Amino acid sequence: MQISMEVNGDQVSADVEARTLLVHFIREELELTGTHWGCDTSNCGTCVVLIDGVPVKSCTQLAAMAGGHKVTTVEGLANGKELDPIQEGFMQCHGLQCGFCTPGMLMTTRALLDKNPNPDQAEIREAISGQICRCTGYTSIIRSVHWAANKEAEMRETAVSVHAGAVGGGAA
Amino acid sequence: MTVTEPSPGAPAVSSSDVLEDNDQKPMGFGRMLRKEDPRLVRGAGTFTDDIKLKGMLHMEILRSPYAHATILSIDKSAAEAHPDVIAVVTGEDLAAHNLAWMPTLSNDVQSVLATDKVRFQHQEVAFVVAKNKYAARDALELIDVEYDMLEPVVDVRKALDPDSPIIRTDLEGKTDNHCFDWETGDAAATQAVFDDADIVVKQEIIYPRVHPAPMETCACVADMDPISGKLTLYSTTQAPHAHRTVYALVAGLPEHKIRIIAPDIGGGFGGKVPIYPGYVCAIVASLLIGKPVKWAEDRTENLVSTGFARDYIMVGEIAASKDGKIRAVRTNVLADHGAFNGVASPIKYPAGFFGVFTGSYDLEAAHASMTAVFTNKAPGGVAYACSFRITEAVYLIERMVDVLAYDLEMDPAELRLKNFIQPEQFPYETKTGWVYDSGDYEPTMKLAMDMAGYDELRKEQAEKRERGELMGIGISFFTEAVGAGPRKDMDILGLGMADGCELRIHPTGKAVVRLSVKTQGQGHETTFAQIIAEEIGIPTDDIDVVHGDTDNTPFGLGTYGSRSTPVSGAAAALVARKVRDKAQIIASGMLEVSVADLQWDKGSFSVKGDPSQSVTIQDIAMKAHGAGDLPEGLEGGLEAQICYNPENLTYPFGAYICVVDIDSGTAEVKVRRFIAVDDCGTQINPMIIEGQVHGGLTDGIGMALMEMISFDENGNCLNSTLMDYLIPTAMEVPDWETGHTVTPSPHHPIGAKGVGESATVGSPPAVVNAVVDALKPYGIRHADMPLTPSRVWEAMQGNHTAPI
Repeated sequence: MQISMEVNGDQVSADVEARTLLVHFIREELELTGTHWGCDTSNCGTCVVLIDGVPVKSCTQLAAMAGGHKVTTVEGLANGKELDPIQEGFMQCHGLQCGFCTPGMLMTTRALLDKNPNPDQAEIREAISGQICRCTGYTSIIRSVHWAANKEAEMRETAVSVHAGAVGGGAA
Repeated sequence: MTVTEPSPGAPAVSSSDVLEDNDQKPMGFGRMLRKEDPRLVRGAGTFTDDIKLKGMLHMEILRSPYAHATILSIDKSAAEAHPDVIAVVTGEDLAAHNLAWMPTLSNDVQSVLATDKVRFQHQEVAFVVAKNKYAARDALELIDVEYDMLEPVVDVRKALDPDSPIIRTDLEGKTDNHCFDWETGDAAATQAVFDDADIVVKQEIIYPRVHPAPMETCACVADMDPISGKLTLYSTTQAPHAHRTVYALVAGLPEHKIRIIAPDIGGGFGGKVPIYPGYVCAIVASLLIGKPVKWAEDRTENLVSTGFARDYIMVGEIAASKDGKIRAVRTNVLADHGAFNGVASPIKYPAGFFGVFTGSYDLEAAHASMTAVFTNKAPGGVAYACSFRITEAVYLIERMVDVLAYDLEMDPAELRLKNFIQPEQFPYETKTGWVYDSGDYEPTMKLAMDMAGYDELRKEQAEKRERGELMGIGISFFTEAVGAGPRKDMDILGLGMADGCELRIHPTGKAVVRLSVKTQGQGHETTFAQIIAEEIGIPTDDIDVVHGDTDNTPFGLGTYGSRSTPVSGAAAALVARKVRDKAQIIASGMLEVSVADLQWDKGSFSVKGDPSQSVTIQDIAMKAHGAGDLPEGLEGGLEAQICYNPENLTYPFGAYICVVDIDSGTAEVKVRRFIAVDDCGTQINPMIIEGQVHGGLTDGIGMALMEMISFDENGNCLNSTLMDYLIPTAMEVPDWETGHTVTPSPHHPIGAKGVGESATVGSPPAVVNAVVDALKPYGIRHADMPLTPSRVWEAMQGNHTAPI
């Protein structure tokens, strides 16, 4: 069957078997191998991508179900050389070791911060509770999300003060 | 030296604070961000299943639905007729090429594909190669296998019964399911102490079967070049060089025609040490077809067929004086090895390093005996960050010490402090012959107790008990033995446990270091650059770390048993010193002074007493490769290679304290706090060490409270997905509280000890001891893992049963 969707800002269309899972479509057809395949039962979360901004386990979605929607994978997080604060936070706070669960963790926590810019520890734990990391013991992932939240708050403050400065300058 | 680290996860840290700290790039040891991370956070790592070669085909494996059954016939005609199928191969097909069986890493043999009968559920029976993964899966359904079911051996306690069915009919003359016997220590001397002791405590302690379940399952891409005859195998392997040699021996390929590439690996934990039938099948498929063939197992295949861990039934005994002096320890173990002996232990150590079950205590005598048996279950045994069975040993002694404390009505911390090996006794030879290199246990224990606020916790517990609330405090103090060899004693299939390292300084002063070990997340690209930077003064950014490619790295045995830093880390330090020695000779020529008149200042040599006269390592590198003369007798270039054979293992240790609350209505255990103080000697990168400890502590909570691979009476595996093999999520673990002490290893060039498995080894007894402590009002002195709510509830009702 013919499907088309927007992936990381690009329009893609392909002829796939109806049973094709979204994770396989992303990895095999689109060759975006940052999204990983880990369990097939929606437990591990390494396959999480965003569909219209909502984290979804791509191993239990058919590719066809994403037709007509906007899909964001880990490859779509950075803006060229500029990393998303979530990616930077994971690097700064050692939020990854083997890196296999990382793409799913990044996408889920990106969605969390989009909805809740200042989550507390319990909210972060709950947000990532559908995902498994075998290396970090989660504490450093939580630190990474706090780091990103703080960084984004600082960026917002800077943007506001620049804007206020510009307004002030105009008034003078 | 003792250091307490800030409490983790504090949201008060602002990004700018952390940035400032992290901007430092130490010239050597210290916190440094990882060189691996920029690719991994972009999803730009290369894991084996990410590899796509031109013309690549896909392989899937048909597995047995039965635990024990004779194969009567296999009809593959319908599968072969599938339009997208290239080949269907059975055990009989392999047998025609003498490839149906392969050696395990324990000198046993294992079926690649079953020929005569299947010996565990999900054993490999046939494989299909097709144009894509979905077609290969479809074709598996078209293979018709006729089985004649046999009675399975599931209960390990009955495996040696005279009427038990014989599993290993492939072994000539085999008349029972006996695998091996092993013992260590002095039985008579131990008996004499037991006869003379004030008090003897005895307890059966079970360490159930668990699975390392790394996030990335096993996979490979076999690429046989039909023209050159060279096989390139991209593979999820922790030991690329050892695997290459084994493939050469199994497949009969010349070793120089095999190249193993281990790309990024998504966690190993020992599960990626063995050679699995899937790898061999993919190689055979590529040899047969002449095209690249990929095999990537799914989660169920990973859980049901790759290396399990533990599965020991241990009866422990301690002989002590009535004032709490532990005098002797002994144990008898029944070990379930599954259908084939597939442990990856050195040949001299069939029970791994279980001999360190004497723990951190100064004893008069010790003895262990073990019987290992075959059952109709998947093979394995040494995995899940176990440090070659030290996990079982530490669990035994640390659980038994608490049993003694219970019977003596002594505080478990006080009991441990009373029995520690004292600092002046190191190097300390245990009663089972292990020589602990260094240790200073009391300060580590005291630091953990201070961080925990131990006395206040006991006070709180007493108050809660008054109110009928269940709170437990569990302690574990472990001594690990990591960094195998020396090569004279330790091997994999006869290959000595030593590791090579090669360092080249390029003319412009940049460097490449090549390792025989392979990271699976431990951060070797970072820490090995730090070791080289520390030793030769070249910035870490200027050092490329090459690993995981047998064509481009020196021989060595790989990364498991926490051996990378103790063995390969030592090799890296020594190879850098060798290069530095040569650099010093070149510098003496450049500065026209004798070698003895030079001093080293991490990155440059200067003339003693005249620091203005100096040359940097970069200047020296250019001179070494330049057109001018070098001191007489010196070859050009600035590089060296060594093979490091450790003189002893290293013995990291640590004190762990776990605090739990149990809901008396639901029997659910909540880990409230976990304090971990580790001593792994000199620290290379504290950030990475802390991360590894956090991961291991999580494993401990998983094993103690949630994880178990179990079987029904027919040998069906009951935990074959992550729906029923429960691994801790962020909801089950607390905010870890870590600290450390530093007692360097006297024989390691930089004083470092391994740490990767310390927390996995040390934490399960702390959690179980805490749960048992919480249940003290119920008169419980022991309960077996996993302490799920139902099993804790049973214990509270006086019905606690053994899990196996």
